[in-house]
Amino acid sequence: MKLMKIVLSKDSMKIEREQDVVPFRGRVKEYAVKIGMSLVNQTKLITAASELVRNMLKYGNGGVVLIEVISEGRDNGIRLTFSDKGPGIADIALAMKDGYSSGKSLGIGLPGTKRLVNEFDIKSTPGQGTTVSIIKWKNG
Amino acid sequence: MKQDISKLLQKKKKQILEDWINNQLADATLREDLMSNDELREQSAELLDGLLKALTDKNFSDVESKEFEPVYEILAGISVSRAKQGFSPRETGIYVFSLKDALLKTLQTELKDDPSTLLDAMLKTNKLMDSMGILTFETYLKGREEIILRQTDEITEISTPVIRVWDGILALPIIGTLDSARTQVVMENLLQEIVASGSTIAILDISGVPAVDSLVAQHLIKTVAATRLMGAECIISGIRPEIAQTVVHLGIDLSSIVTKATLANALKHAFGILRLEVRKVQKEKIV
Repeated sequence: MKLMKIVLSKDSMKIEREQDVVPFRGRVKEYAVKIGMSLVNQTKLITAASELVRNMLKYGNGGVVLIEVISEGRDNGIRLTFSDKGPGIADIALAMKDGYSSGKSLGIGLPGTKRLVNEFDIKSTPGQGTTVSIIKWKNG
Repeated sequence: MKQDISKLLQKKKKQILEDWINNQLADATLREDLMSNDELREQSAELLDGLLKALTDKNFSDVESKEFEPVYEILAGISVSRAKQGFSPRETGIYVFSLKDALLKTLQTELKDDPSTLLDAMLKTNKLMDSMGILTFETYLKGREEIILRQTDEITEISTPVIRVWDGILALPIIGTLDSARTQVVMENLLQEIVASGSTIAILDISGVPAVDSLVAQHLIKTVAATRLMGAECIISGIRPEIAQTVVHLGIDLSSIVTKATLANALKHAFGILRLEVRKVQKEKIV
């Protein structure tokens, strides 16, 4: 039987400018520390969050991030959901490829983020926006 | 006969100003430490003067009218300067709203025989003063924001020192997040110092950088590349264990750059390149 994910707490944060990135990372770190995540996992989660939030600012013109503490069986974790109303991604498979960038960056943001977290989900409708959801378990 | 309210107010200007000043002086939050009474009087007179000059019976009810623009300008200037001088929002608000009290008081005494005109005049005055109040807060916040922006700039400036640790070796401790603006400052400072000091080795210490994501890495790689173009070697130090793991998982390739765990190790490496040696001095025994 598949275990249910139970949401323990919820928080959301608006990201509109580059100045919002640092406070946002601070908030994510706070939650990660609260559930007792190890330093390495904390850093991975924060780096992934930072990566996605920068993408959201750069391509989606900002958006909203939902920060949730979730529980599945014995494990606790943090789920972050990034939603923007930007132009969307036409070819997700291409965007997830290492070394591809529509901007002038290193092109490792999305695939790299996927490697940093336990669960990664991306949905995008061109013209309507993109939603990325990641989960990092405490002991993952 | 319908009385001309704006004319009436203009006639009573002195009285209004006196009332207004008294209102302000009577308030418990008066900040004599920030502004002298003479200054306050001058400022108030200027604003009232502008307001009454702009005020006509036609535009009384139209707060967006063109004639009020210079008044708003004066008010905005006062509000911004108050924000910078350290007045609280409350004190700034009282400044404008005590003018409203003064105006209303004059209207009340002058028009007490004509209730319908009085009501009309009071409503209009209220509306006008409210819009002036809103403007005050808007500009007050803008003034505060300017202070914050200036401080941000200052922090960027002071948080990127370039240190000469040895003849020919520069160290640059980076603290905080490396965004595009910071990188620009870091790079400029570093490259300039390389020329000024004739150094051949630069150590970038990132112990104080909380997270290295692909953007930060990209900025680091660019800085290293620019340093190499200047003919200097660049070493990145202060890579913490968790950062190392994250960088690997993220898939950032830093293999072309010399990286060390600590600044001490980086310095040692730099000494090696420069063929320098640090030795403990053996004291010779004096017989």
